Amino acid sequence: MKLALLPIIRAAVPAMIFFLLLVAPPFLSSFLLTLVTQALIYAIVAMSLDIILGYTGLASLGHAAYFGLGAYSVGILATRYGAGFGITLPAGVFLALAVAAIFGLVALRATGVYFLMITLALGMVVWGLAHRWVTVTQGDNGISAIPRPDLGLPWSLALSIPFYYFALAGFFIAFWILRTIVRSPFGQTLVGIRESESRMRTLGYHVWLHKYIGFVIAGGVAGFAGVLWAYYNGFVSPVELQLATSVEVLLMVALGGRATLIGPALGAAIIVFLKNLVSVYTHRWLLILGAVYILTIVYAPEGILGAIKWRPKKVKPKTVGVEDLTEGEIGGSV
Amino acid sequence: MSSRRIAAISGLLLVALSAGASPAWAQKGPIKIGFLTQMTGGGAAVGKDMSNGFMMSLEEIGSQIAGRKVQAIIEDTQGDPAQALTRLRKLVESDQVHAVAGIFLANEGYALAPKVDEYGIPTVWAVVSADDLTQRKPTKWAVRTGWTSSQPNHPFGEYVTKTLGYKRIVTIAMDYAFGWEQVGGFQRTFEENGGQIVQKLWPPLGTTDFGPFLAQIKRDADAVFAVMVAASALRFPKQYQDAGLKARLPLIGGGTSFDEFVLPSLGDEAIGAISPLIYSAAIDTPMNRRFVKEFRTKYGKVPGYYGEASYSAGRWIAEAAKAVGGGVEGKEKFLSALKKVELPDAPRGPIKLDAYGNPIQNIYVRKVEKKDGELWNTVIHTFPNVSQFWNYKPEVFLKQPVYDRNYPACKYC
Repeated sequence: MKLALLPIIRAAVPAMIFFLLLVAPPFLSSFLLTLVTQALIYAIVAMSLDIILGYTGLASLGHAAYFGLGAYSVGILATRYGAGFGITLPAGVFLALAVAAIFGLVALRATGVYFLMITLALGMVVWGLAHRWVTVTQGDNGISAIPRPDLGLPWSLALSIPFYYFALAGFFIAFWILRTIVRSPFGQTLVGIRESESRMRTLGYHVWLHKYIGFVIAGGVAGFAGVLWAYYNGFVSPVELQLATSVEVLLMVALGGRATLIGPALGAAIIVFLKNLVSVYTHRWLLILGAVYILTIVYAPEGILGAIKWRPKKVKPKTVGVEDLTEGEIGGSV
Repeated sequence: MSSRRIAAISGLLLVALSAGASPAWAQKGPIKIGFLTQMTGGGAAVGKDMSNGFMMSLEEIGSQIAGRKVQAIIEDTQGDPAQALTRLRKLVESDQVHAVAGIFLANEGYALAPKVDEYGIPTVWAVVSADDLTQRKPTKWAVRTGWTSSQPNHPFGEYVTKTLGYKRIVTIAMDYAFGWEQVGGFQRTFEENGGQIVQKLWPPLGTTDFGPFLAQIKRDADAVFAVMVAASALRFPKQYQDAGLKARLPLIGGGTSFDEFVLPSLGDEAIGAISPLIYSAAIDTPMNRRFVKEFRTKYGKVPGYYGEASYSAGRWIAEAAKAVGGGVEGKEKFLSALKKVELPDAPRGPIKLDAYGNPIQNIYVRKVEKKDGELWNTVIHTFPNVSQFWNYKPEVFLKQPVYDRNYPACKYC
């Protein structure tokens, strides 16, 4: 019985969440609404990182770089050249894709902790550029007064409700793209690589190329989130690219549950709300955040979604079929 | 218990005490002031001094202005501009404050400025000193009660050539806007008075090992001008001495290199350092002696300029609110009141604003000396009523770009 019901629940819960997101704005105070908007944007970054961290099994500490590149593209193009959304969006995503394509060549030579360190170093390169290339980035002061985009809609995106729907649309699109990817044979191959790289290689898959494409896509989607973020805040500074931001996104993924897509989105929401609501009551909110992390690692190492998700007992590796390897592990959980 | 909670409780107590005192505003509730500063992370200690100074100013007036009680809401920016924006949103949209004050870092100030104008929320920059906030990118809805980074260094550049007689100077400053603006201001007046900057070194923000930079310092200079902040300020003088430089090249610098925030943690290596700032705890006026004594009794430390600036910002807001009879809901009137306030008796000395919303105030040239086993910034010279534009015409001054890493160019390097 339980088994038969599960797919329905699995389908119903996300549908309900999406429905709530659609109808929520009139019921939320304007401050809560800006927090949800913030959570949606961070959710996109976290989901994009999930492609490399969760599905491919590569922990990156430089993901904020692509997020920041997207944001800086908007900052520079919109304030200097008065570029509209039609230019900033492709520019931001393309820049993030391009840089990810270059960095991927370097970083994917390594795995494990070496991959972590190389991505960290590359992330710092971009941070350093934002910090020191003052004529373009305005350095540490950041770029301020970025106007909200004008999409030619009857509602001004300067208002919080229209902007919320703008961000929500971005979230849906990113989610749809990423879900399509992880459910595709390509996505399943990534999972296969995570589980056993040598086996996939033996089977004739081009392991490196798969990882590379996954890495570049993740960078592009993070760049897309950066574009939204720059418009949301009207401001971008090197803080967006710094290590702490990369770590925070990594924690969002770990907290929500790796390789679930919806988990990292949930993790993003939890962290944004913890940061902003708990800190109202105590300046010791970092302690609480720390406790949440530790509890998650101890009691739910697979993240929140991993803990509540029903999963079949590990299939015994009796055969070497890829299908067996990926069973119950892939995006079907969404 | 958080200071926010304390503020709320003390506010409630005051309501109980003053019930029925002033019915005019009673139905409108308290005057709410949001105070933004960094309470966690690297700048948390600065944030603590800021919120302490601010709360002290409110406690002195019994948290009451024109018969209305005052409620302070302290929010943590975490030193992150994006977070500062979120906290501002909360203060304005959720708490519906009547004014915002505080702000420590330049990038936070620049991030908030457009939002402040969008909200039309009267704002007081208490500490943030980025030049352009009151120069090339002024905010309509904000006034500054602190300083611009270059403000103390304009007169100091002149003082160093004329009085100290140094002609060739090496600068070493943290590599970000705050360092650039201080060095830029200093270089400009120093060179206009016949001095020469012979070398500019820029250690990255957060540097704690200065070995590689100290080794580069040109030994044939007359002095070294250092701009340090926080952890760097704690370590630099010691390493400077250990490198054998103190005996050869006198150390002078930007005010934050030797302010009261770092002095208690410095040793004898700092003695003799000369620096300019808008404040010194050693200013010998009755008002300042009282302020230092009370601050010390309350919070167990000598106030630095972070405490003083936030204290004066609190008094500034109180004066403006008094001027509009507590009617802070009339935002336009409240803002123009904020622009008109003059504090003749702030701990740092008299303050009034120029047409661009930045204080005209005394600049103190201070020398670190040891008194009763403690280090103090003895005032050795006072430049009265210094504007952010020094002796230049504002229109002419504003035509040149803001000071940065390469402006003014290093002609004698």
